[in-house]
Amino acid sequence: MNWAGLYTVLSGVNRHSTSIGRIWLSVIFIFRIMVLVVAAESVWGDEKSAFTCNTQQPGCNSVCYDHFFPISHIRLWALQLILVTTPALLVAMHVAYQQHQEKKLLVLTGHADPKHMEEVKKHKMRISGSLWWTYVCSVVFRLLFEAVFMYIFYMLYPGYQMVRLVKCEAYPCPNTVDCFISRPTEKTIFTVFMLVTSSICIVLNMAELVYLVVRACARRGQHNSNPSSGKGSFYGHKLSSEYKQNEINQLLTEQDGSLKDMLRRNPVLQEKGDRCSAC
Amino acid sequence: MDWGALHTILGGVNKHSTSIGKIWLTVLFIFRIMILVVAAERVWGDEQDDFVCNTLQPGCKNVCYDHFFPISHIRLWALQLIFVSTPALLVAMHVAYRRHEKKRQFRKGDQKCEYKDIEEIRKQRFHIEGSLWWTYTSSIFFRLVFEAVFMYAFYFMYDGFRMPRLMKCNAWPCPNTVDCFVSRPTEKTVFTIFMIAVSSICILLNVAELCYLLTKFFLRRSKKAANKKQHPNHENKEETKQNEMNELISDSCQNTVIGFSS
Repeated sequence: MNWAGLYTVLSGVNRHSTSIGRIWLSVIFIFRIMVLVVAAESVWGDEKSAFTCNTQQPGCNSVCYDHFFPISHIRLWALQLILVTTPALLVAMHVAYQQHQEKKLLVLTGHADPKHMEEVKKHKMRISGSLWWTYVCSVVFRLLFEAVFMYIFYMLYPGYQMVRLVKCEAYPCPNTVDCFISRPTEKTIFTVFMLVTSSICIVLNMAELVYLVVRACARRGQHNSNPSSGKGSFYGHKLSSEYKQNEINQLLTEQDGSLKDMLRRNPVLQEKGDRCSAC
Repeated sequence: MDWGALHTILGGVNKHSTSIGKIWLTVLFIFRIMILVVAAERVWGDEQDDFVCNTLQPGCKNVCYDHFFPISHIRLWALQLIFVSTPALLVAMHVAYRRHEKKRQFRKGDQKCEYKDIEEIRKQRFHIEGSLWWTYTSSIFFRLVFEAVFMYAFYFMYDGFRMPRLMKCNAWPCPNTVDCFVSRPTEKTVFTIFMIAVSSICILLNVAELCYLLTKFFLRRSKKAANKKQHPNHENKEETKQNEMNELISDSCQNTVIGFSS
């Protein structure tokens, strides 16, 4: 399991994301993970072996390195990238669950032929109903993880700049000892680069959140102003078999919302407009 | 996620590129990325370990190396290649968006859409016209800009493209001035010149592709204008309208919709 494995897992989620979500995924994989793997890892590759202290005292080098670098940048970035990409798996799980429910409904209504089953697997889920909430939660978690890691970085390495020289007085170093870091300028450049891409990802996540909320509210407004589900006319034939068949057909072609909600709505038609996410 | 994955991602874009675009992509992958991975990385592999300064002062070597090589050639090239290849993803996104629209039209049972099968939509190659032309041209423009910026950054940082054998360093904590020797300077110079030359070839290919696209655009425009001029009396006749419709349908589904709206 390496970055390529993660890429395989997350490419599946891509299909059910918004356009901003897809751009975010591309930025993560190309400008962060790829840069980490092909460039940054070789910059930090010799960080310990080339960390030199002006002393011959054995152990001083190791102790000073450990004191100034409790956790290496590379490992912090790897953790950040893994934690930031995994909330998308919540969405993948929810989609899989919904697809499973749809397949069950198809079996119940006698439409369990291979063509319909394939259609369920291949079609793109609309981000509405409970999936909307899952998606929004995953975006919020992404934002949270990004912010937390940026703060940790700032706490561990104030100013994001890598200095050339650090003065160390930890035991067993005699008095104060000058220690020199390898490739500080190159490390600063890459730190700033990763910081900038992280900020871009934060902005994309916020934009996606705003987009989702605006879309849900617009859909709710449309639902309210277009009462095609007007209570008066529907109650007359709400239990008729044609209505049921229409509902099922609509379900199969549009795959709108959760299936149980549709069936539940059938006997007692209830406006779901009071919930912002219901579409 | 490495160069192989980038190759997979960009391979898809290849289908919708012009012939010059396909040549550019091949040059990029074979003469730049592959050379970087199989050869250049080895040459620069021991750049810091074998950077030797004529002093026993601890820390002097680190500081001098950092002073003369703020960012290694290899990393600069890796960044350049990533930035130069990503504008092609704009085109990939636009094509995916068009495909999605056509699938939606197909599903709605739109008669304007001539596709018999969703598979046909998935496999179809789009002509570079309309908004896709603008996206494609912008991507080439960005490629050119990134190539130029990185070449300038190289020239600026390393004062030309030659790797000297000896560098004189007097940064603290080095005592006075110290001689520092770079490892494999000639081999590094050879590879630097090679990468610069291939970069210039890529710039030329991009410029040629830009000219080709512009020429095609103006030719198509003048052909349309000439067609309109030839039939001024039939402007309101049904046959002309039908001819236009047929022409538009045969070009692409998308343009058919535009034709109707105008």
